[in-house]
Amino acid sequence: MSDFFTVSVLVSVFASGIRLATPYLLASLGETIGQRSGVLNLGVDGIMLLAAFGAYYTALKTDNLWLAVLVALLVGLMVGVVYGLITVSLHAAQGISGIGIFLFGLGFSDLLFQVWVGTPLPVPHKLPKLSIPGLGSIPNIGEALFQHNLMTYGAFMLVPAVMFLLQKTTFGMNVRAVGENPQAADSLGVSVGRTRFMAILLGSSAAGLAGAALVLQGGIFQANLTNGLGFIAIAIVYFGAWRPLGAMAGSLLYGMVNATVVQLKVQGTIPRSASDLASMAPAVITILALVFLAGRVKAPAALTKPFARH
Amino acid sequence: MKANTRTWYRLVALLLSFGLVAAACGGSDSAGSDASDGGTDETTDAGDDSSGGGETLTMAIVAPSAKNDLAFTQSMVDAINALDRDVDLQITDGTFVVEDAAAAIRGYAEDGVQVIVAHGTQYGGSLAEIAPDFPDTTFIWGTASDTQGLDNVFAYFPAADEGGYVNGILAAGLSESGKIGVVGPIEAGDAVAYIAGFQSGAEANGAEVSVVYTGSFGDVALAAETATAHIANGSDVLTGTAQMVVGAVGVANDAGVPWFGTQANQTSLAPDIVVASQVYHWEVVLEEMLTLRDGGTKGGQAFEIDLANGGLVIEFNDKFELSDELKAEADAAIAGIIDGSISTGA
Repeated sequence: MSDFFTVSVLVSVFASGIRLATPYLLASLGETIGQRSGVLNLGVDGIMLLAAFGAYYTALKTDNLWLAVLVALLVGLMVGVVYGLITVSLHAAQGISGIGIFLFGLGFSDLLFQVWVGTPLPVPHKLPKLSIPGLGSIPNIGEALFQHNLMTYGAFMLVPAVMFLLQKTTFGMNVRAVGENPQAADSLGVSVGRTRFMAILLGSSAAGLAGAALVLQGGIFQANLTNGLGFIAIAIVYFGAWRPLGAMAGSLLYGMVNATVVQLKVQGTIPRSASDLASMAPAVITILALVFLAGRVKAPAALTKPFARH
Repeated sequence: MKANTRTWYRLVALLLSFGLVAAACGGSDSAGSDASDGGTDETTDAGDDSSGGGETLTMAIVAPSAKNDLAFTQSMVDAINALDRDVDLQITDGTFVVEDAAAAIRGYAEDGVQVIVAHGTQYGGSLAEIAPDFPDTTFIWGTASDTQGLDNVFAYFPAADEGGYVNGILAAGLSESGKIGVVGPIEAGDAVAYIAGFQSGAEANGAEVSVVYTGSFGDVALAAETATAHIANGSDVLTGTAQMVVGAVGVANDAGVPWFGTQANQTSLAPDIVVASQVYHWEVVLEEMLTLRDGGTKGGQAFEIDLANGGLVIEFNDKFELSDELKAEADAAIAGIIDGSISTGA
């Protein structure tokens, strides 16, 4: 265990935890916006898979990573349009609609992969690391915090941006209003449908970016690449009490615990006999945190409730 | 405006229908056998519903990962395509949920498929329920070392420790730091055998081996981070098993760290750093099973592929320069395992 508390190991764990947290953060930030407007999107994982494949295929064929990110964003946006039509325009139940989107994403991304790619091939280039001038060269701290790829920096910069959006803009105020009391917002002239639709589009686009981050960090796609990551992102939204900073804390917790468990396994501190138990640690800690927070935080009052003007 | 709304609704309905169809198709595929021109010379006129006399044998694979995963599932698809028989092969892959696999296995049996391969240890419980309902169907199940007492089930298991041992010998020979990292999935099935053999071989050649089971067959990102942690802790040669290793291979490639594969040839993932792969050639034992079936024996026996029967083959990457001395060590290890003078320790 003493080997763990060395500077080099701690730096490695922090850097690993931040990398692992990036897709969770992007997806949970987007889902936070959606849920604050009263829309639960259980299809995050499916959107991520579709966007991840879009980014992967684009990167594989063009070797243009930023075009790949753009494609992922657009894929997320398109699926968001479909989900918005289903849940906002058609007033369908959000839970089952989200599951439908997930299943569609799971199956269709695999189908496209099988038809267009087949055997897994790595993309020519992954997202490159960018050392932030002046900060990246700080001993240890620089390596842990300031030597990541642009999508990681972007994800963390989105946290204050989403905070500003939700707290300081008219749109954000409308989002919160339609998530708490859509009837009252409607009576004050706020278009509930349009606001929720926009929130869904933002959330789906962020899920698309999460898919891009996942696939372009790893450099390869395979069936069910997300491995349930999108559902964990939804749990992180609850963990974070529907706040961007909370989503960041939850994503970092999940990433850091995972990175710590990996490191302890590599060093042999966690014996192989306890390996499977240790692998459950991130999920167990998240569940415990959710239990601890239950009753202490309040979900948006109109979450999962379709709105129809009577 | 109303007409526009109706058009939108129709578009959504169309998209959803398309989605449902795509979701249903995504995990299932049908592939003809590459061996379709190979004739049916090895079938017998058993007088039952076998595929003898030039008839096409209908087979199906139900497997947990993608059919082209460069690992577990692909090894079986490649093996059936390599059979010297006329085979009509159907595949349902990606059935990581056992209940989905059970539905697919039962569905194929009800459709009259003659031989169904349940390619996953985890499908054993389902098979114990399904196989007795279809006594004329042959089920092939693995990786498993026994048939659960079912007389229409053949079992198969790879002696993965053998190729693991050879890879371990080579890995230790390549390592300068004397530390080697292993990225494993869940501690089950042939992964355990491969890793035990690898560790034994590497340690026999003086290396220290760090084994990590990530706890997942599918978490590519976690496999990548595990490889990163191994390298950060001084490992300069890596190996791993199961379909999630594609992430770890990418990390090894970026760091220029040699990689050893298993199950299928993984050279295409990283042609510069993959040294060798232990490749499963299930066709060796599949052919035996099908010949028995042609003779009227529907199951009840377990088979193993190993270096001796040619079911396990170490395939080298010609692009990776390996010294003659190391190659000779590998050849000696293979010979020793086959003649019994070397124990893999598994």
